[in-house]
Amino acid sequence: MKIRSLAAVAVAGIALAACAPGTASKTKSADDQTGTLKVWLYDEANRAPKEKVVNAAVADFKAAHPKVNVEVGYIPTDAGPRAEKMKGAFNDPNSAPDVVEFGNTDLFGYVQAGGLADISGDLATWSEAGDLPKDLKDTTLVDGKTYGLPWWLGLRSLYYRTDVFTELGLKAPTSYAELVEAAKKVRQAKPDMLGIAVGGKYTFGGLPFLWANGGEIATQQGGKYAAAIDSPQSQAGVKAYTDLFAKDICPPQQCADLTGGKTVEAFAAGTAGMAILPNSSRSAVEAGTAKGKYAVVPLPGTAPGSIAPAFSGGNDLGVMKSSQHRSLAVDFMKILGGKKYQLQMFDAMGNLPTLASARGDVVAKDPWLKPFIDTLNAGTKFVPKDAAWAKIDSQSVVPTMFQKVITGKSDVSGATGEAKTVIDNAFAGK
Amino acid sequence: MTATTTPARADRPTPASVRPRGGASKTKTGRRRSWMPFWLLLPSAVILIPLFGYPLYQLGLLSFLKFGQPQASAGEVAEFVGFDNYSTLLGDDQFWDVLFQTVVFAAACVVATLAVGAALAVLLTRIGKWPRLLLLFAALGAWAAPAMTGSTVWMFLFDTNLGLVNEVLGMQGHNWFYDKWSAFALVGVVVVWHSFPFVMISLYAGIESIPVSVLEAARLDGASTWTVFRHVMLPMLRPILTIVVIQSIIWDFKVFTQIYVMTGGGGIAGQNLVLNVYAYQKAFASSDYSLGAAIGVLMTLILLAVTIFYIRALRRSGEEL
Repeated sequence: MKIRSLAAVAVAGIALAACAPGTASKTKSADDQTGTLKVWLYDEANRAPKEKVVNAAVADFKAAHPKVNVEVGYIPTDAGPRAEKMKGAFNDPNSAPDVVEFGNTDLFGYVQAGGLADISGDLATWSEAGDLPKDLKDTTLVDGKTYGLPWWLGLRSLYYRTDVFTELGLKAPTSYAELVEAAKKVRQAKPDMLGIAVGGKYTFGGLPFLWANGGEIATQQGGKYAAAIDSPQSQAGVKAYTDLFAKDICPPQQCADLTGGKTVEAFAAGTAGMAILPNSSRSAVEAGTAKGKYAVVPLPGTAPGSIAPAFSGGNDLGVMKSSQHRSLAVDFMKILGGKKYQLQMFDAMGNLPTLASARGDVVAKDPWLKPFIDTLNAGTKFVPKDAAWAKIDSQSVVPTMFQKVITGKSDVSGATGEAKTVIDNAFAGK
Repeated sequence: MTATTTPARADRPTPASVRPRGGASKTKTGRRRSWMPFWLLLPSAVILIPLFGYPLYQLGLLSFLKFGQPQASAGEVAEFVGFDNYSTLLGDDQFWDVLFQTVVFAAACVVATLAVGAALAVLLTRIGKWPRLLLLFAALGAWAAPAMTGSTVWMFLFDTNLGLVNEVLGMQGHNWFYDKWSAFALVGVVVVWHSFPFVMISLYAGIESIPVSVLEAARLDGASTWTVFRHVMLPMLRPILTIVVIQSIIWDFKVFTQIYVMTGGGGIAGQNLVLNVYAYQKAFASSDYSLGAAIGVLMTLILLAVTIFYIRALRRSGEEL
């Protein structure tokens, strides 16, 4: 009996030892010309107009490929749920889509995860490829190969309430000092309003202050990134941003855990005098009480009249490595990412086109875009083009740094020092 | 991995299966060792060992590898790194901070849950039929509410700008989650709210099943209420109490949903992280699956140690389980 049960345990042990932790089975990509093409796009706050444009693109695609079904799914835009969804797709190729929309900063992590297909060759033969500016193309490169098609741009500028500013005799700020002064005056006159809506979790609202002071998240030396977030310039930028979290501007109690999305809500709901929002927030703001009572200027830098460098945000389209319909996926991506639908997406959502000629068209048509284009022309910044950024982002390194200063848990040099350690560890692959 | 990283409510025994053991029910079976008990255990072992053993084995294995997203989906070979994940973890100040606040938070929740549950169980035995039914239904409602829903509702109540509580107290703009311990206290209240019904109903069933004759006999012998409680009821309730305490420790130590939902994944600058949320952040947010597994293994060991220590302490005090 004893021997028998021992044997049973041993057999069970051997059976268990044979199984290593789950690794995605390597399904080879294929190039089926029939079947269902699965597409995942972001589920934006106002999905209906987006869905309409996408459905038109699907109809165009189907006209060329009548035997193919297209199934469009909309995935959450919040960093956490989005990352989970994408990781699920990477780990289980059978339930993965063929075409995906993703944030341009996510690209490097996705490539490292083996999720995206190299589409260099496909874009090289695309008739509209020449219309893509080089700096945008560069954001989709990893080791010289292209993994994404830049679809639209999101640039942040300063939205402010014209009615409040007129009432208080204020002018749109042209420097950081004026911004602080205006914010204080707004809150003083209207205590239930935030002078400017800023958030401790709003990475891309805070980074322009860092860049305006000459700081950087990390600098590249000989092909390797090293954190520069604790440099004196970066520290000055962190101080400039976190100083806005004051009782007389944006009280820490209310603003320390705000995300970018929450600042959009606050401004749209009329509870903030100013906010740092992207062009794509236009429809959200116009759906709120701030409609018709706001204007936009570039976010001012430190020196009077200067513009703080904005984060060149935006979304790309890409093809999944595991796709079983590779050339169909590329075709659909080219249709949706082409000029025709970039222009329609601008009309529907306010998404700034990436193709130079399309951008020229919409700028000429819509003066509302001028501050964003001025910001774009003044020079934009990007996150480190490295897979480590995915880790830095998902570990909330930058928000944690801001929040530590805002809540007084740490001073600027302490918080930036901690952030530097974590960032350097991420670059070192730890 | 899911077996240790998600707080499972289903693994709690139903009150009906937990009965105080009367002294008379034991029969002497003699000294001869029989294999019978093992045969009887076999069917459940066949189910439980694969169901719990296999995930635990995978968790342990994972914790000795370097296993991130490239290994999970890009086909990179997982490298055996020995105790690297553990030494990274034990050398990280944040881990010790998180461990400390997890222990403090869990201990406070266990004590509060037991106090509230026990007090209400006693109350149930003293009140009339209708109030008792009402209290039971209210408690069952809290028990049945999914942790996600409960947390969200409480979060709305305590919202900084739009919450009912701030409205009533006239404290608009006060952020309950701004201060670390205020946030922990609030989450603790919700954890207790979710878990006291189990304690209350178990203890109520226990108290109700104490034979009235025993209590009467004690009273006839001149025992005071306190003496009856201390020397008659408490010893008879001890088996139930043991289970309730162990369950509460395990559950509160592994609390996840309430913290994750109410503090937005760990609070301002990560000030409200507890081990389970920390493991989730490492494993799934940062895609460092092996480091998350190492945290899971450490949590399992800590809980096993606490439970064994507790059971031994009980046995020493002469109480057989």
